[in-house]
Amino acid sequence: MKRLLNTLFVLSEDSYLALENENIVIWGEEGKRGQFPLLGLESVFSFSYKGASPALLGACTKRGIGFTFLTPNGRFLARACGAAQGNVLLRKTQYRISDDPNQSCFAARCFIFGKLYNSRWCLERTVRDHGLRVNVEALKRSASFLSATAAEALKETNLDTLRGWEGQAATEYFRVFNEMILNQKKDFFFTVRSRRPPLDCVNAMLSFGYSLLASDCAAALESVGLDSYVGFLHRDRPGRESLALDLMEELRSVFVDRFVITLINTKQILPKQFDKMEDGAVLLNDVGRKTFLNVWQTRKREQITHPYLQEKMQWGLVPYVQALLLARWLRGDLDAYPPFLWK
Amino acid sequence: MIPLPEEEYRQLSELQHFAFCRRQWALIHVEQQWGENLRTIEGEILHERAHDEQKTEHRGDLLIVHGLRVVSHQLQATGVCDIVEFRRSPDGVSLYGQEGLWKPRPVEYKRGRPKTHDADELQLCGQAVCLEEMLCCEITEGDLFYGEPHRRTAVSFTPQLRARVADLLREMNSLFQKGYTPKATPGKFCSACSLKDVCLPQLKRAPTVTDYLASHAREEKS
Repeated sequence: MKRLLNTLFVLSEDSYLALENENIVIWGEEGKRGQFPLLGLESVFSFSYKGASPALLGACTKRGIGFTFLTPNGRFLARACGAAQGNVLLRKTQYRISDDPNQSCFAARCFIFGKLYNSRWCLERTVRDHGLRVNVEALKRSASFLSATAAEALKETNLDTLRGWEGQAATEYFRVFNEMILNQKKDFFFTVRSRRPPLDCVNAMLSFGYSLLASDCAAALESVGLDSYVGFLHRDRPGRESLALDLMEELRSVFVDRFVITLINTKQILPKQFDKMEDGAVLLNDVGRKTFLNVWQTRKREQITHPYLQEKMQWGLVPYVQALLLARWLRGDLDAYPPFLWK
Repeated sequence: MIPLPEEEYRQLSELQHFAFCRRQWALIHVEQQWGENLRTIEGEILHERAHDEQKTEHRGDLLIVHGLRVVSHQLQATGVCDIVEFRRSPDGVSLYGQEGLWKPRPVEYKRGRPKTHDADELQLCGQAVCLEEMLCCEITEGDLFYGEPHRRTAVSFTPQLRARVADLLREMNSLFQKGYTPKATPGKFCSACSLKDVCLPQLKRAPTVTDYLASHAREEKS
């Protein structure tokens, strides 16, 4: 399997990134802050507002190194992608399917099935592991709703109805989300999903995690030659990476939600690692972001067995492998898209 | 055979990929996916030395042309020969700007050792067929030069080898026109393939996605 390489996170907001020979150099006011060889880098996430040189962006895109810009607070700004990969046949198939509501639904229901399946098992796992501390009845009820909805979603042929199923299931899942938080409950609680801005610590971490995952998914799709902007479940909207959002659906709960809950429950993240803004927004501060990213990186290196391919690989490669499987379905190697079903 | 415009002719070097694995060939040339590994990079370095651009060397009765571009309309294929040696010989052909008669012999450079399959022979034979068509002559033999024993191996262009070259190119042209990527047929050779990560040969052994989804949906209900 492809090797998972390093990710470079540039956290200081006044850093400027440039290319020097085969190295990425980080410049600050005081001079050179550090340098890293491009060789061995998988992706770069820059949380600095000063940006990077075009030469560096060119060198990264040429080598297939994903380059993502985020605000210092972790909101997605832009992603650099170079010349489109050569596989025009693959992209045309993608566009044809995206234009056809029936075929789009055939793909979309696999993403949704994956999403519901994985969300369900997150709830079931809490019941299994912490049955004595949680409201088992509430969790079980939601889990069986997700389970029934997943079965319906798999048969659905109408995109709008499918979106309806998904909406209901998401409401049900987030309704009991707070049950999964077992420690530091005074500071970490979940009532409702808030995005722009996140209004509590849990939402702040969810938004941050989703943002990282979306960039990983987009980069993975582009690297196998797909157009990350043309989706099946999410329809075209200028500037929105719809296919990346599609691919992300099944990974949200297993990749981000469980990760956030573990950070809280194991007290790796603490209330003092957040800042509260004047407008009510709650955001990870510098220390918090550093902690989050450190654990995130460690997690990406964990070994798992892919449920469909039955092959060992690192967690961090899952978006890439799913993008590849999606491409292989579009090219006719597979009878449908196999979502990542994890429990 | 459907007449193709010349810019759509196959490259002779593709014969190698095609003979090794049809799917690998399609992933590279139809889908334009490319995975680099040590082998491909070593191959590149060796080739850089062999031909940067076309140049001609004189060594007495030997005329050596590097990087000669060749084409065959009959094969609908084109390529570049590492080296074509022209030896002065009474049964040779005349060359523009050269005195006397010359007999051509293609020589192809390869990294590593001679292989157990005939991919290199096929490419060389393809070059010979092109040269024959361009020079109106007959070429019975050429050489493969391998990096590791550092020695030449003579290859004779038998009717069987020629027929295989023509067959493979015909099949390649037809797959390319259809934009079709053959399914994986995994084998031992997969471990030597630079495109293993893109090809996912293990898909062949995986269940159908319909079964995979159905079995997980069943457990959802229970």
